[in-house]
Amino acid sequence: MNTEILGIIAMFVVTLLLGLPLGKYIAKVYGGEKTWMDPIWGPIERFIYKISGVDSSKEMTWKEHLTALLTINLVWFLLSMAVLMNMEALPLNPDGNPNMSTDLAFNTSISFLVNCNLQHYSGETGISYFGQMWLMFLQFVTAGIGMAAAVVIFRAFRDKTTTQLGNFYDFFLKSCTRILLPISIVVASILVFQGMPMTFEGKDTMINMQGDTVEVSRGPVAAFVPIKHVGTNGGGFFGANGAHPLENPTYLTNMVEMVAQFIIPMAMIFAFGFFIKRRKFAWMMFGVMTVGFLILVIPNVKMEMAGNPAITEMGIDNSLGAMEGKEIRIGAAASGFWSIVTTMISTGSINSMHDSYMPLSGMNELIAMMVNAFYGGVGAGILNFFIFVILAVFISGLMVGRTPEFMGKKIEAREMKIAMMVALAHPFLILVGTALATAFPTQGAATLNNPGFHGFSEILYEYTSSAANNGSGFEGLGDNTLWWNISTGIILLLGRFIPIIGPIAIAGLLAEKKFIPEGEGTLRTDTSTFGLMVFAVIAIIAALAFFPALALGPIAEYFSMS
Amino acid sequence: MSNQQSLFQKELMQQALKQSFVKLNPKIMFRNPVMFTVEIGTFVMAIVCIWVLMGETEQGSFGYNFTVFLILFLTLLFANFAEAIAEARGKAQADSLRKTREETPAKLKNGQTISSAQLKKGDVFVCEAGDVIPSDGEIIEGLATIDESAITGESAPVIREAGGDKSSVTGGTKVLSDRIIVEVTTQPGESFLDKMIALVEGASRQKTPNEIALTILLAGFTLVFIIVTVTLKPFADYANVGITIASFISLFVCLIPTTIGGLLSAIGIAGMDRALRANVITKSGKAVETAGDIDVLLLDKTGTITIGNRKATHFYAAPGVADEVLVRAAVLSSMSDETPEGKSIIELAAVNPVTYGVSKPTFVKFTAETRSSGVDFGNTRIRKGATDAIRNVVAQAGNAFPAEVEERVRAISQNGGTPLVVSENERALGVIELQDVIKPGIQERFERLRKMGIKTVMVTGDNPLTAKYIAEKAGVDDFIAEAKPEDKMLYIRQEQANGRLVAMMGDGTNDAPALAQADVGVAMNSGTQAAKEAGNMVDLDNDPTKLIEVVEIGKQLLMTRGTLTTFSIANDVAKYFAIIPALFITAIPALQGLNIMRLESPQSAILSAVIFNAIIIPFLIPLALKGVAYKPIGASALLRCNLLVFGVGGVLIPFVGIKAIDMVVSLFL
Repeated sequence: MNTEILGIIAMFVVTLLLGLPLGKYIAKVYGGEKTWMDPIWGPIERFIYKISGVDSSKEMTWKEHLTALLTINLVWFLLSMAVLMNMEALPLNPDGNPNMSTDLAFNTSISFLVNCNLQHYSGETGISYFGQMWLMFLQFVTAGIGMAAAVVIFRAFRDKTTTQLGNFYDFFLKSCTRILLPISIVVASILVFQGMPMTFEGKDTMINMQGDTVEVSRGPVAAFVPIKHVGTNGGGFFGANGAHPLENPTYLTNMVEMVAQFIIPMAMIFAFGFFIKRRKFAWMMFGVMTVGFLILVIPNVKMEMAGNPAITEMGIDNSLGAMEGKEIRIGAAASGFWSIVTTMISTGSINSMHDSYMPLSGMNELIAMMVNAFYGGVGAGILNFFIFVILAVFISGLMVGRTPEFMGKKIEAREMKIAMMVALAHPFLILVGTALATAFPTQGAATLNNPGFHGFSEILYEYTSSAANNGSGFEGLGDNTLWWNISTGIILLLGRFIPIIGPIAIAGLLAEKKFIPEGEGTLRTDTSTFGLMVFAVIAIIAALAFFPALALGPIAEYFSMS
Repeated sequence: MSNQQSLFQKELMQQALKQSFVKLNPKIMFRNPVMFTVEIGTFVMAIVCIWVLMGETEQGSFGYNFTVFLILFLTLLFANFAEAIAEARGKAQADSLRKTREETPAKLKNGQTISSAQLKKGDVFVCEAGDVIPSDGEIIEGLATIDESAITGESAPVIREAGGDKSSVTGGTKVLSDRIIVEVTTQPGESFLDKMIALVEGASRQKTPNEIALTILLAGFTLVFIIVTVTLKPFADYANVGITIASFISLFVCLIPTTIGGLLSAIGIAGMDRALRANVITKSGKAVETAGDIDVLLLDKTGTITIGNRKATHFYAAPGVADEVLVRAAVLSSMSDETPEGKSIIELAAVNPVTYGVSKPTFVKFTAETRSSGVDFGNTRIRKGATDAIRNVVAQAGNAFPAEVEERVRAISQNGGTPLVVSENERALGVIELQDVIKPGIQERFERLRKMGIKTVMVTGDNPLTAKYIAEKAGVDDFIAEAKPEDKMLYIRQEQANGRLVAMMGDGTNDAPALAQADVGVAMNSGTQAAKEAGNMVDLDNDPTKLIEVVEIGKQLLMTRGTLTTFSIANDVAKYFAIIPALFITAIPALQGLNIMRLESPQSAILSAVIFNAIIIPFLIPLALKGVAYKPIGASALLRCNLLVFGVGGVLIPFVGIKAIDMVVSLFL
């Protein structure tokens, strides 16, 4: 078999094999069970609680969880604005990069705060090392927030009837110390050995093969890149993100970075199963997500490896695949694979230019973000998937003649209202954002590099990426303008917090309800039949909401090509 | 009364057609958010038509716009018709029940005769043989045999008498013998039937919790498509595609779940109507829905699991007692015992009690305290009753209770029989064995219930041994033996505390608290007023196995909603493939590739989709009214089955339907 294909299969299998035990470990961490990490992190955590005065043993209701979550985010936002707008006055700025403008700082702060990392600046020229370090901190804590939010849901279904859902700070801090940090350290060690820079010195100069002297940006890259992936953040140290040779130097780093971004979303599914002691349910989730993943990724890899027929027609050798915008050291297959993983799990880091992909590959990347629940971002993926499960439970419950119930809890009007609002928010943000950008061509369309269908895809992609908190760009878009900074900033905020608040509220409400033991008439949610139902709900909702937009973008482009 | 009624009778159709127009009133329409948006769309199309007539040229021909308007208008009418025909059928059913009790003269106690319509709560009237009872009420004096066939369809007359649990009479039934004095128990217009009719007619119909949740889901989908349609305008402008208002509205109406939106209230009414057809009056739509969720079913043994009553099958004399002595005592004690058990003892003995020549017997009635009955004459005191009751009598007199009798009692109990011990002058004479006869076919019904995931519990006054035997033989999951009324209550509370929903059936006043506590309480029509007030359904047939039907009706109701929702949403896939290419093809010819149905022209494609969207509603009315059949094959298998039929079918059918309509439509364009 083709080595390129073997390479991507290996990445998937390794992730799965590592994800299973990691899931078990994560379940133990959140369950408060003993792990071998206790002696290392226990004292550090206790110290942090001591200086911050937080009582991590206090049980919280779902509302208290949300209050804690939103407060902590607000504090980071304010700090972030202060850092990014004053980098000239702060240390660690060897290249003398300038302060960010208010709207760019707003966009960047929010973007990193919501674990999206849409970047309207370039790392080489737009930010100091101190700024980068601050963003690195945000990459840790926002991933921790997403995981902590997911654990609130774990807790809601572990106990039969309860209002006490654990302590938010406990979940949050443990996510950072016990999970994100250790994995990042392992990943960083490998990357450093593959030649990734790790320095506070400014730009280096070198003479290239043409004899020109060029300046090469560098910095604490090896510290930054691991959490960018492990936390499914995706914000690049350099503008070119994972396509940059210093940010992703070899095929091996490409594999390591791939596994690093894929592993926690996958492990969280299994952790859910271990935590609530319903492993079969976790496999159902894994099954649905994997089927969705394969449906998107296989055509992408195939189309990218096959290359652009228009180029073949011109008599140009296309045997390497559609290599425009791709790195030769990574290749078409691994790029195509990455493009779907990164959009699906909301990392948004790229190792090739999505703008250059075949039209239908670009569509699949869009669909991955429009669904946003196949694996999904750390924590956030489960939250999004949970909404689809609630909708599927409701419809299928009716279909078998019983008031719908999930994990022994009845789904009633209040839960449906919240679930529908969350499900609506995503298409609303994407479509309304895109509509506004197309309705005001001086703000939106004028910044496009490409006219026509492809230009439309670029706008659609930008807002989809924002709403899905993905952060990757189709690029080809002059996006550092007031319009783009503010509009995507708002969408980022809503796209982050609505899908956190909604599911936690539903889980909290369900947790308070009386537990109904499973009987013969109860619809089991851990079967392949139910999995099929969830998949159908996801597919139909995504297809129905976005089909017209996709028809005018990538689909029209595809049919125009042939 | 006939339960056979064809789906679309002429009278009903006329009534429903009229109502379809009345219901166009936006105030009424507003209750249904999905159809309300269609009404707005129709209104907009009317304005577009006028606009085109006034000379606007960019919106297409008047004929095309007017056709779209007409089809949308029809969609509204179809949806209204679905609701109206369901209401009409329910009302007709209720009316036919009500008719039996109208215009009956009522003889008041003071001799005055007034019309039944004038009877008020608390009035007292007299009925004699041959009279039709003018109103629901409770017998306060007398006993009568009554023909209830007008209500229940059962021809065998029943006995109703003052006091006890059989004191209730129903308006419209006929007194066959004797004379009773009855007190009216309901205000005119407030009988259960009146309440039910009001529910069906919509006056007091409230959305059930599940209906509300589903409406939210449907409203959500409607909102999604509002967003999709509105944002399509700037998208199209960007791509330089001109889209007419008719196309926008057609796209929107086709995408929102009009099929389920149009049929939703019809499904709910039809659920109550099906209950009524099964001769069950429901006090709310919610009760029917809850019935589908029942986890535990409490059933009385007598009449439900076993045929009527026990029969005496054996006499077992105590040691040292001649068989004839026991038989004589047994027969004498049963002489005035009107219970079926008592009669069966005399039947078994095959002796005429008169031949014993007892003079001046005094009969001792059965009471709950003594739990025995008997007869006194001269110095002889004969008692017959439950083992421990007679044992007490014997022990109190200082006599020994023979071990052989004790042994026999246990043996009978173990075989599912009921022992009755007979004593004469506080000496145990022996045992009469009574045996239960289990209803044929009841095992299969319990098996079906088990497959539905419902636990059956038999409630009986029998001792635990007997109860266990019958429970096993009949195949119920659990039993409450030696049950006192408060035991039922306790059991229900216990199950409910564990999160289960409980249904029960009862008739007596002492059942009332349990009926009220149960999630679904079905009171028998023959039961006391208190029982009927406490339950949330009344069974006119007094058939204890009716609960099983009620559960299935509840399940059908939810299933019909679920499957039609799935069908409605699945339809959108094909509609998209019809409309989206039609919208864009003129400006972007490349998108012809999406026209996988190869529809003739953009106009014919849009019309076909809208026509399909409209006519699918009347096509599905029969299904909405009859309900989707429930099969007890386990939840997952049922989901697979319904997903295949309504999900996959819902994706495929419109492809075929729209293509077929397009072939016809293109002939006219």
